[in-house]
Amino acid sequence: METAAVFLPLVGAMIAGFFGRQIGDRASQIVTCLGVGSAAVLSIPLFFDVAVGGNERVITIMNWINSGTFETAWALRFDTLSAVMVMTVTCVSSLIHVYSIGYMSHDDSKPRFMAYLSLFTFAMLMLVTSDNLVQLFFGWEGVGVVSYLLIGFWFKKPTANAAAIKAFVVNRVGDFGFLLGIFGIYMVFDAVTFDTVFNAVDAHKDDTVTFFGIEGHALTLICLLLFVGAMGKSAQLLLHTWLPDAMEGPTPVSALIHAATMVTAGVFLVARMSPLFEYAPSALEVVTIVGASTAFFAATIGCVQTDIKRVIAYSTCSQLGYMFFACGVGAYPAAIFHLMTHAWFKALLFLGSGSVIHAMSDEQDMRKMGGIWKHIKVTYAMMWIGTLALVAVPPFAGYYSKDMILEAAYGAHTSVGQYAFIMGIGAALLTAFYSGRLLFMTFHGEPRADKETMDHVHESPLVMTLPLAGLAIGAIFAGMLGYDLFIGDGRVEFWRDALAVVGEDPIEAAHHVPTWVVWSPMVVTVLGLGLSFHMYMRRPEIPGRLAAQFPGVYQFLLNKWYFDELYDFLFVRPAFWIGNFLWKRGDEGTIDRFGPDGVSASIIAGARRLGAVQSGYLYHYAFAMIIGIALFVSWIVVGG
Amino acid sequence: MLGAEFVAMILVIVYVGAVAVLFLFVVMMLDINIAVIRQGFLKYMWAGLLVGGILLAELITVFAAWKMSDSAEMLRAAPAPDPNAMSNTEAIGQILYTDYVYLFQASGIILLVAMIGSIVLTHRTRTGVRKQVISEQNARRPIDTLEVVKVESGKGLQ
Amino acid sequence: MAVGLSHYLTVSAILFTLGIFGIFLNRKNLIVILMSIELMLLAVNINFVAFSSFLGDLVGQIFTMIVLTVAAAEAAIGLAIVVVFYRARRSIAVEDINELKG
Repeated sequence: METAAVFLPLVGAMIAGFFGRQIGDRASQIVTCLGVGSAAVLSIPLFFDVAVGGNERVITIMNWINSGTFETAWALRFDTLSAVMVMTVTCVSSLIHVYSIGYMSHDDSKPRFMAYLSLFTFAMLMLVTSDNLVQLFFGWEGVGVVSYLLIGFWFKKPTANAAAIKAFVVNRVGDFGFLLGIFGIYMVFDAVTFDTVFNAVDAHKDDTVTFFGIEGHALTLICLLLFVGAMGKSAQLLLHTWLPDAMEGPTPVSALIHAATMVTAGVFLVARMSPLFEYAPSALEVVTIVGASTAFFAATIGCVQTDIKRVIAYSTCSQLGYMFFACGVGAYPAAIFHLMTHAWFKALLFLGSGSVIHAMSDEQDMRKMGGIWKHIKVTYAMMWIGTLALVAVPPFAGYYSKDMILEAAYGAHTSVGQYAFIMGIGAALLTAFYSGRLLFMTFHGEPRADKETMDHVHESPLVMTLPLAGLAIGAIFAGMLGYDLFIGDGRVEFWRDALAVVGEDPIEAAHHVPTWVVWSPMVVTVLGLGLSFHMYMRRPEIPGRLAAQFPGVYQFLLNKWYFDELYDFLFVRPAFWIGNFLWKRGDEGTIDRFGPDGVSASIIAGARRLGAVQSGYLYHYAFAMIIGIALFVSWIVVGG
Repeated sequence: MLGAEFVAMILVIVYVGAVAVLFLFVVMMLDINIAVIRQGFLKYMWAGLLVGGILLAELITVFAAWKMSDSAEMLRAAPAPDPNAMSNTEAIGQILYTDYVYLFQASGIILLVAMIGSIVLTHRTRTGVRKQVISEQNARRPIDTLEVVKVESGKGLQ
Repeated sequence: MAVGLSHYLTVSAILFTLGIFGIFLNRKNLIVILMSIELMLLAVNINFVAFSSFLGDLVGQIFTMIVLTVAAAEAAIGLAIVVVFYRARRSIAVEDINELKG
């Protein structure tokens, strides 16, 4: 059952990918949906068996690498953490598969798209169920590759190709850190299997490594390197630039990969490696600071973006920041809980926006929308549910998880915890603001689209709205149902050994914070929603006036804190310059000039000169012979 | 004299009787304008003079300083017999048909090949030459050459 | 003055050099080149005979005859080629022959 849950999507992907042309569009859609759907169906009893029933297990499929002391197997590890992830991934993914049938109905290469989606699901499942770091890395790279393929799915669009390359390159930076982290773990623990590593942590907690004469705490270094990998995959500050650009891909891709599942791999990694992180307090502080900063930073940008998908993309970035600082303060259950609820409501938001885009004839600019709620009531309702879940209004899913994260940050009683709490509250305010702005700009007010588009606005077909409804159910009830298990009283029994906590339980501390801390997220949410209502519904001229009054701030935010420009200046241009230099001077100027080109040129020149000797005149040859004889005779006479 | 009468006579006969005649025939056969031949005579004269002069000087220097090695006598392959006892021609015949018979036959083959080669090279089949072909004459039948026409009286041939 | 080996050798050297001159100075006629080659072969023959006689070894004279054979064959073939060439080109001027040009 476990193997089937993981490999059915792969089977679907292979059938649709290799035989898509033969079996046709409809069959490919059915086979991939069936594969992922049955995986989802299997994952639910699995979840109850493993997580609730407590039947953890590791299923070894086959040996992979055996070299000296290095041993790796293909194995599926099912503990609470993987079970939660598998259930989330397969359920969200299957709904998105169904949605894609409707969304991509006008596309030419449906089998390819469906195959990619299923392949991604398989890679993600491989990632979350892996029993060792190498297999995890396999899944990690697998999702990276499929992400690249899907961002560049419309490969005829130059921007999509650029975004795909950017995502891949930025992720490589993170992957390199991750890889170094794996090397470090192998160096210290002499193993890459989770159980072996975690059991040996106690013995190695004070190990040091010497690097270029600098001695450092081994676990801190490893955790920081792993976190670099997590930062890349989860689009945290400094390595976040690829995520908004990744919105060039089709909307289901954004929903599945760049919101619900793949980007949470970083959080999953930190949670999975929690036994290590717990012994590296300074690494955890870094995680907290980066997470909190990202949460706030991305939220500020989200407030001024005009592309509906980019707003949600920055929102994702920001929510991932929440998860990270939850990990940073040790509240891993809260982070995973938020990961799970976020998957539902963020997928809902993305698919809802996809439905809007579909209705607006592929228009993504919110400035050209407005006043369409009457025409697409179902989508409108779904977007409201997603938004309420995102801004953490009870009883929607986000309320339970996000409030817990903020309380845990406060409850940590450390300076970084306080920083995270303040940033988190600020981000919550901004989240409410931009979410309200998105809704009001898109659905309310005067229609700003041209008449033709407005006449064409229509509700999406059932195949798209039904998955929305499914996700909406998750967005409403996931928090309520999961609260007790994930972070409530049942949590110790639920998580058992899957997540490690050393010392005081931050969740326990979070349950005992002052009342104002509990209420503050609620207050800022209402404040943010009210502010956006005021600015975009009652007095729509305010935003323009504000932008005119503070052009510096506005431009700063609109240009995403100039990160792209900074990176362009710091990395891209020098890289291009070096590449150009090596190409022009190094390769063409030196190697080619003196190497192949030079040799061939000199051979041509020499051959031409030698060819001139071949005049064809008989007496020239005779001369040559006689002169040769004369020279030989002279040589013998004089020399011999 | 050197006492090599046979070789001397052979050389004279071959060169005068064969080679020179051959050259004359060819010169006669080819229609070459002698008047233009003199042009461009001096172009390579200096180079030719230089190389030829150097070579000549060297050869003369070498030959002038030549002297017989002490062991040369022992290294002779076919010592010449006393001219009074046996003539030069006889002596050559003695060894040419015994020790060097293969070489002799090989020279014969070379000459044969040269002869056939020359004929093949210069031979051409002429068209329009009438020849008597006896087999064709014998193979002729009346039906191939004759046509019997019945002519009606008073009509003539049509 | 007695005629010694050196005299014969000098004559042969002069003949040989004359052959070289013939090749060098002749620009117009292939036949002259053939003649020059004959001349050079003759010079070699003189050398052979001279050495043969002074050494008292008959092999030199045998070899002379072989060279003679080769020279005669070469003259025959060479002249045949010249004739064929003339038929094809209506000229045997050395300057006109550059078919080998690379």
